[in-house]
Amino acid sequence: MILASILTTNLAILVLAGFVGFVVISKVPNTLHTPLMSGTNAIHGIVVLGGLLVVGLAGNDAFNKIILVIAITFGTINVVGGFLVTDRMLEMFKTKPKAAADDSEKDGKR
Amino acid sequence: MTGIPLATSFWQDQNFLDVLYIIAFALFIQGLRGLAGPTTAVRGNRIAAVGMAIAVIATLLSPSEGNWGLIALGVALGTAVGIPAARQVKMTAMPQMVALFNGVGGGAVFLIAWAEFRRHGSTYGSHSVTIVGEHTAFTVTGGGAPTYVAIFSVFAAIVGSVSFWGSNIAFGKLQEILPGRPITLGPAQQIVNLVLLVLAVAAGIDLIAGAHSELLFIGMLICAALLGNAVVLPIGGADMPVVISLLNAFTGLSAAATGMALDNTALIVAGMIVGASGTILTNLMATAMNRSIPSIVAGGFGGGGAVEGASGAGEHAGTVRSTSAADAAIQLAYASRVVIVPGYGMAVAQAQHAVRELTKELEKRGVEVSYAIHPVAGRMPGHMNVLLAEADVPYDQLREMDDANPEFQRTDVSLVIGANDVTNPAAKNTPSSPIYGMPILEVSDSQSVIVIKRSMNPGFAGIENELYYDPKTSMLFGDAKTAVGEITAELAQL
Repeated sequence: MILASILTTNLAILVLAGFVGFVVISKVPNTLHTPLMSGTNAIHGIVVLGGLLVVGLAGNDAFNKIILVIAITFGTINVVGGFLVTDRMLEMFKTKPKAAADDSEKDGKR
Repeated sequence: MTGIPLATSFWQDQNFLDVLYIIAFALFIQGLRGLAGPTTAVRGNRIAAVGMAIAVIATLLSPSEGNWGLIALGVALGTAVGIPAARQVKMTAMPQMVALFNGVGGGAVFLIAWAEFRRHGSTYGSHSVTIVGEHTAFTVTGGGAPTYVAIFSVFAAIVGSVSFWGSNIAFGKLQEILPGRPITLGPAQQIVNLVLLVLAVAAGIDLIAGAHSELLFIGMLICAALLGNAVVLPIGGADMPVVISLLNAFTGLSAAATGMALDNTALIVAGMIVGASGTILTNLMATAMNRSIPSIVAGGFGGGGAVEGASGAGEHAGTVRSTSAADAAIQLAYASRVVIVPGYGMAVAQAQHAVRELTKELEKRGVEVSYAIHPVAGRMPGHMNVLLAEADVPYDQLREMDDANPEFQRTDVSLVIGANDVTNPAAKNTPSSPIYGMPILEVSDSQSVIVIKRSMNPGFAGIENELYYDPKTSMLFGDAKTAVGEITAELAQL
């Protein structure tokens, strides 16, 4: 009973998330599709949570520990690298007003 | 009253952790909403990053967490690789980077599924009737992972593995470690793919039903790995935008499946959104090429298309007009409206900065310049836009195909830089052409066209471009960066 309700609740979340995803992503213009892809790369780096959860559980032998460390490494690369490179790209897309140079310097110092 | 023990238990309360996960995925969605425009996008990305930090913290707080040394090791290694990669990658190399990151995500997914199987895969299938017969009723609730966990784990393992290997091959092709042309087994290809798929799925079903064999699991991973290779190897360079998007969707869906197996809402929502994003992009790319996704996955563009294209080529030979940088400069200087059409050739030659310089020189003379960008120009969705943004081209000069096409009629000169198939009028006029029906940038509507191209070699699709034989068109042969630089120099002297 309890297990069934976990499954159905999660299935509901899965389906709703799919619809939300379609609506939100449809609004992203073609121009920003490359940052969108690298941003979603960062977001699917969330699998790192899976690695973090499983490595903490009892019953992992040495081989499991090795593959889980690799999984955590992979996930972290996704998260850290993905968000950073997306940030780098999106900074370039920012429209630069006339006094852009001055402004950005001030921003940097704040 | 200071309540440190109380506070600790509160922080580790499952409801609290679940709330953190909910906040995390809400921030992901809010962050992605920011990507609707360039002004809000930077903030959106940072909001999503905050969401990720919250999700990681929630996981580390969970009471079952342990093995801190291993966690620190994995995170340190990942950071050590991720930061320099993100800082140093060139914008022209973004498609490779995205392919690699895709693969890494898929890799994490199948490794986690494998570890999970090794932990309690021996209980797959034992949750159902079989065990009720052998043991007491209490074993049913306590023993074994529920069948749905097994199903989602197996799904994650197969899709994650396909995505990992497929993405690595895509990376190899984009990085030119592997040849970009399709590598196929010929007509046997589709049968081989099908057999691999059936084998992987059959092994998966067997595992779900309770075959407690790690060898079978490894066999399933190997079939999925071979399938990933077999699907991407036959795909040519020009189809890469579709493939990268598709692999993006796969990795997202496999992450969502991992979330279902581990009962983690943040994983489910994030994975599903990425899956939706990849699916939307895949559809957009396939539409922009007028090709169905199955036909792209089933085999490379090279084969049939090239042969048909070659047979049509003879009719045109010998009517190409070539021009010089000086003539092109004069032509551009006396135009009032110029549209630049960039393609993969601009990326290869790293010509984006040179193009920006040319634009500045033209604008000084009062010429109105804009950029028309085909959705599949380059090697991934939005590739050209990133390069031009890197070169400081203002966002409002970038036109999407549907906005650009009506404007060609009042354009004096279209300057095509390293783009080919996306400008080929055959897509509109020649029903026998393999690209017939593909939406194109209608540069032949403009008063005149200058094409910068290295040689008369046809594009990736192997199709002759009728545009080059149009009397309005003049060809400037050479490397995009050098040629654009020469035009700019000539302009400055006018």
